[in-house]
Amino acid sequence: MADHDSPHYVKHYVRIWAILVVLLVVSIFGPFVGIEAVTLITAFGVALVKAYLVAKNFMHLNVQPRFVGYLLSTCLVFMLLFFSGTSPDVMKHEGTHWVKPLVVVKGPLEHHAEHSSGQGDHGESPHEEGGGGH
Amino acid sequence: MRPIANTRSAAGLPTGRLGVWWVLASEIVIFGGILAAYIMQRIGHLDWGEQQAATNVWIGGFNTFVLLTSSLSAVLAHQAAEKEQDGKKAAKLLGLTILGGGIFLCVKAFEWTTEIGHGMTIQSHPFWSFYYTAAGIHASHVIAGMILMGFVARDAAKGLELHRVELVGIYWHFVDIVWIFLFPLLYIAK
Repeated sequence: MADHDSPHYVKHYVRIWAILVVLLVVSIFGPFVGIEAVTLITAFGVALVKAYLVAKNFMHLNVQPRFVGYLLSTCLVFMLLFFSGTSPDVMKHEGTHWVKPLVVVKGPLEHHAEHSSGQGDHGESPHEEGGGGH
Repeated sequence: MRPIANTRSAAGLPTGRLGVWWVLASEIVIFGGILAAYIMQRIGHLDWGEQQAATNVWIGGFNTFVLLTSSLSAVLAHQAAEKEQDGKKAAKLLGLTILGGGIFLCVKAFEWTTEIGHGMTIQSHPFWSFYYTAAGIHASHVIAGMILMGFVARDAAKGLELHRVELVGIYWHFVDIVWIFLFPLLYIAK
């Protein structure tokens, strides 16, 4: 693509693309190492680097007025704040003074199926059910 | 008469580009919400890994490669329009980007057909609900980008509204970034 007649900018963008492809290969083969930490780094660490390269070099976010970055990061931060506020409800099945109802833990379909077949165990703590199914 | 998006500048940016950044700010909340909800559920239910094991990392990887390559052609189209004022070249490069989107969607269609054929439907498990919802909303953005790019390329080929090549490119790169995060979440972290 970057032949002799190409404008000088082509070489720069092709180089960024090549780096992105190499990072993609790293993220695909990371899990083959068989170490969980390596998989997480090669999957999500590499994804962050790839997103940064695309935002900086392809979207040219670095040469936009500063408020554009603030605008985008404000939306991101508020979204994360909202989800971190609700995360205990979603991720924990019981707390000091509460136990999540089975219908929430198991989902209405599964709970209804068990209940109607007479195998429902309403009083049982969801924690005793092996992490709460899905 | 020039459109207001090109002639008027607000807050130090051409109005059209400012509008695109606003759209992307709202898209961050849409996709960020889906991804954050999925991450919370996934961490809370490690057994979903059994379902996730059925996703094909090679197909997902190939589609990532296609989108990255289409982003390259999109940014080259932007440069051709801005630095060379060459609308025909920009239109050709946008055509390549649309082709990339088409390949991405064809691969997705093949992948989904196979998975649904094996009983992995949107109702079969919460993981598949997230999988089809997140990838489906992303695919709808790919389709929207292809349609927009078609209109922009048609005008650019006539040397008209070349500034729009950059605007549609910024949108396309965002769609690419969303997939960059969807790929490890749905295909790698099993």
